[in-house]
Amino acid sequence: MVKEIERAGIPVVQMCNLIPVAKSVGSNRIVPTISIPYPLGDPTKTKEEQWKIRYHRVKVALDALTADIKEQTVFEV
Amino acid sequence: MKKAIVYINQFFGQIGGEDKADFEPVIREGLVGPAIEYQNQLGDEVKVTHTIICGDNFMGSHTEEAINTILGFLEDKEFDIFFAGPAFRAGRYGTACGHIGKAVKEKFNVPVITSMNDENPGVEMFRRDLYIFKGGASAASMKKDIKKMVDFGKKILKGEELLSAEEEGYFGRGIRKQVWLDPPVTAADRVMDMLLKKLKGEPFKTELPIPPQDKVLIAPPIKDLSKATIAIVTSGGIVPVDNPDRIQSASATRWGRYDISGLDRLEKGVFKTIHAGFDPAVANEDPNVIVPLDAMRAFEREGKIGKLHEYFYSTVGTGTTQGEAARMAKEMIPYLKEANVDGVILIST
Repeated sequence: MVKEIERAGIPVVQMCNLIPVAKSVGSNRIVPTISIPYPLGDPTKTKEEQWKIRYHRVKVALDALTADIKEQTVFEV
Repeated sequence: MKKAIVYINQFFGQIGGEDKADFEPVIREGLVGPAIEYQNQLGDEVKVTHTIICGDNFMGSHTEEAINTILGFLEDKEFDIFFAGPAFRAGRYGTACGHIGKAVKEKFNVPVITSMNDENPGVEMFRRDLYIFKGGASAASMKKDIKKMVDFGKKILKGEELLSAEEEGYFGRGIRKQVWLDPPVTAADRVMDMLLKKLKGEPFKTELPIPPQDKVLIAPPIKDLSKATIAIVTSGGIVPVDNPDRIQSASATRWGRYDISGLDRLEKGVFKTIHAGFDPAVANEDPNVIVPLDAMRAFEREGKIGKLHEYFYSTVGTGTTQGEAARMAKEMIPYLKEANVDGVILIST
């Protein structure tokens, strides 16, 4: 899906847990998430902490959309 | 007698389904689940001594820890061959078989054999490292898939001559092996034969296949995020609770787009996930952990982004073929273009 969206000329960032899979499929902008069942949350933490995690990772993803990358990039969180 | 060890996931290891996918690796003496079928087919010449079981999510999220634990289990065991899977079209299981298979092969230098369907992402990731046999799409082909793996394993253990990847039935590892042709035909003759066939428009078979790599050009970045429209797409199966588009919980062929204008966050009981590939409890309690509407609204208020597109787009990414996924994305694109979406965040589970 990422590839088709990018092929249409729309920059896309994939937020996912299995980074090697995203890399091998050919995503160009990748931001790691917390886990498979809860990419942007963590039930072991308080609501407040979960919000901070989500806010931070989505921010990294938004900034990734503005990054002028030359090759496949995994953004640091 | 030769000895084998088998690796399987929590589901086939009879530990449980998605709610047990975080299960840490264990080693059991003897046969569990598919290991019984391996033993049946291996017969008297090879004994399966142990079965290793590990949750797919545990291997996915704690890969190094899982591998080290399992390599530790194996240190004092004697074995001549290692089987993993078969993983069918299960992406996380295939990836897990690849990770552990590669590590076992590197550390213990024994043949490692697994099996996956050609749509399994583990194939592209690990085909150069392991023997990955071409397997069926689901567990219905368990017996057949294991037979191919076992037949080949026995050949290796007996030191019999191994044929090419294509003839044996595994995915080519990109290794070239010199063979003597019988009868001999020189390369010059063979290349001329090919050229003549090509000129006549007849089919011919190259001796040097270059695997196609479908790379997509990197789309230009967004220049001014504060004026941009951003859309959310997910393969995590978040839908209104009545799932109006009847998106399938696995092997999806349908997708939906859902109006979020006027909403500040996705409330539980209004939205949920229908994805059958993980334990949905956390996402059902707070769907924003997959579709981060609350965070996007915050960025909208702060002026970091121009605006959030009025709809989010959703399907289910487990067992879904790459072909279907590509088609669904192509169907979404006209809506994105029409709304002048400048960038997409795609959340995968």
